[in-house]
Amino acid sequence: MNRRTFCAVTAVLSLTVASAAGAQQASWGPGADDTAFATMLQASFRNAGRVTVERLKQDETQAFCSDPQLATSKAAAKQAEAIEAANLASVKWPSDGKWLGDWKSGERIAQSGRGLTWTDSPTQASGGNCYNCHQIDAKEISHGTIGPSLHQYRKLKGGTEQVMRETWAKIYNSKSSNACSNMPRAGHMGILKETELQDIMALLLDPESPVNK
Amino acid sequence: MNARLAAALVAALAAVAVFGGARAQDKDDTAKGIEAYREALKDGNPAELFEMAGEELWNKPAGPKNASLQGCDLGLGPGKVEGAFAQLPRYFADTDKVQDVESRLLTCMSALQGIDTQEYVDARFGTPKKNDLIALATYISGASKDKPVAVTLAHPKARQMYELGKRMFFFQAGPHDFSCATCHGEEGRRIRMQDLPNIMTKEGAAAGWTSWPAYRVSSGQMWSMQWRLNDCFRQQRFPEPIYASDMTVALSMYMAANANGSTVATPGIKR
Repeated sequence: MNRRTFCAVTAVLSLTVASAAGAQQASWGPGADDTAFATMLQASFRNAGRVTVERLKQDETQAFCSDPQLATSKAAAKQAEAIEAANLASVKWPSDGKWLGDWKSGERIAQSGRGLTWTDSPTQASGGNCYNCHQIDAKEISHGTIGPSLHQYRKLKGGTEQVMRETWAKIYNSKSSNACSNMPRAGHMGILKETELQDIMALLLDPESPVNK
Repeated sequence: MNARLAAALVAALAAVAVFGGARAQDKDDTAKGIEAYREALKDGNPAELFEMAGEELWNKPAGPKNASLQGCDLGLGPGKVEGAFAQLPRYFADTDKVQDVESRLLTCMSALQGIDTQEYVDARFGTPKKNDLIALATYISGASKDKPVAVTLAHPKARQMYELGKRMFFFQAGPHDFSCATCHGEEGRRIRMQDLPNIMTKEGAAAGWTSWPAYRVSSGQMWSMQWRLNDCFRQQRFPEPIYASDMTVALSMYMAANANGSTVATPGIKR
């Protein structure tokens, strides 16, 4: 890690501690203070492929959620709300006003877990990683269980404008409604493009999608 | 060995057939099929070959000093291999560091054999230098098979390594916001069909810690814990962990101490 990243990591860590100051006890045990932790990070990672140590720099959401004892405490409830609000404010709504794209393309994107690792080529399109954690089309039995089942999504939720809006916000930036959701922020982090988000939306919300059959 | 391996492969193909033909309502059967497949694999674990290769490397004079590793102190005194792995990582006074089996091997190769270990640190996984280290780790871990995991946090630096590992476990970064805890912090979760151990519990930590080094059937490779962690971080979209770095030892210490009292089952075998 270069010096700039190291300083940035240290800065983020001190920021987290500062914002938690007051009633909060330090969450980490003896020897795992911010300085020792930042020193360890600096000495323990290297650039590989196109992935550089710059990725160790946390944004405010990541820093907050990296201390789950704090993040889930009553004292931090206001901060969690502020983080959700900031993430919601970052959501870019579909530029052409269309919520739904092509569910068949959405299925392909949902199946793919590729992209953004140090072994992926820079031209490798990123997948949505959806089936890694969710049941979606029931025909796909190889699905993960970290997230809830999305089978029959439209049948259960309905296809109202509000459902469209909430679902878009969840996929674009999952932290807009749950500060420390396990789900990646597919739009916010640039993992998926707008048209790809529309295709994923269609997989969940198009009445013709097998998800809703 | 060959006959046993062939039997395992036949069983594996049968299990794949079960898996491939399954419908949603047959999920229990699918899980049973995969379990049967894993059991069958244990019957002919090619890891034995790596154990033998590792033992040979341990005993063979090598390096500028043309010395073997037989004088290497893995924590129980020079040359004592049996039971040493079950107590690693541990604090070593001579290096004033907490070390896992692989970082300790680097120390011994440097001190006893005069080898420049930087090349071993930098070598890609799957290349000969890393394979040598993993064979050695496999041999050493095999000599603790069926022993209880017994790492101590009595030394302040050992306690610090555990606490740093715990903090690292929750550290989120990168384009996907992943930490170790994203996948390994809850009970009974899966990625696709792969069960995920909850490293925060004794049972989960044991499932993760006590079965590596392991032979991976899908890739035909022998993986050490260092390689396992390296690939976890790759999938987390993190930059690459440096081999045997403090962070990797810290996470190992977190897993090993959480798994204390469970039984070493290395070398393992994985899908």
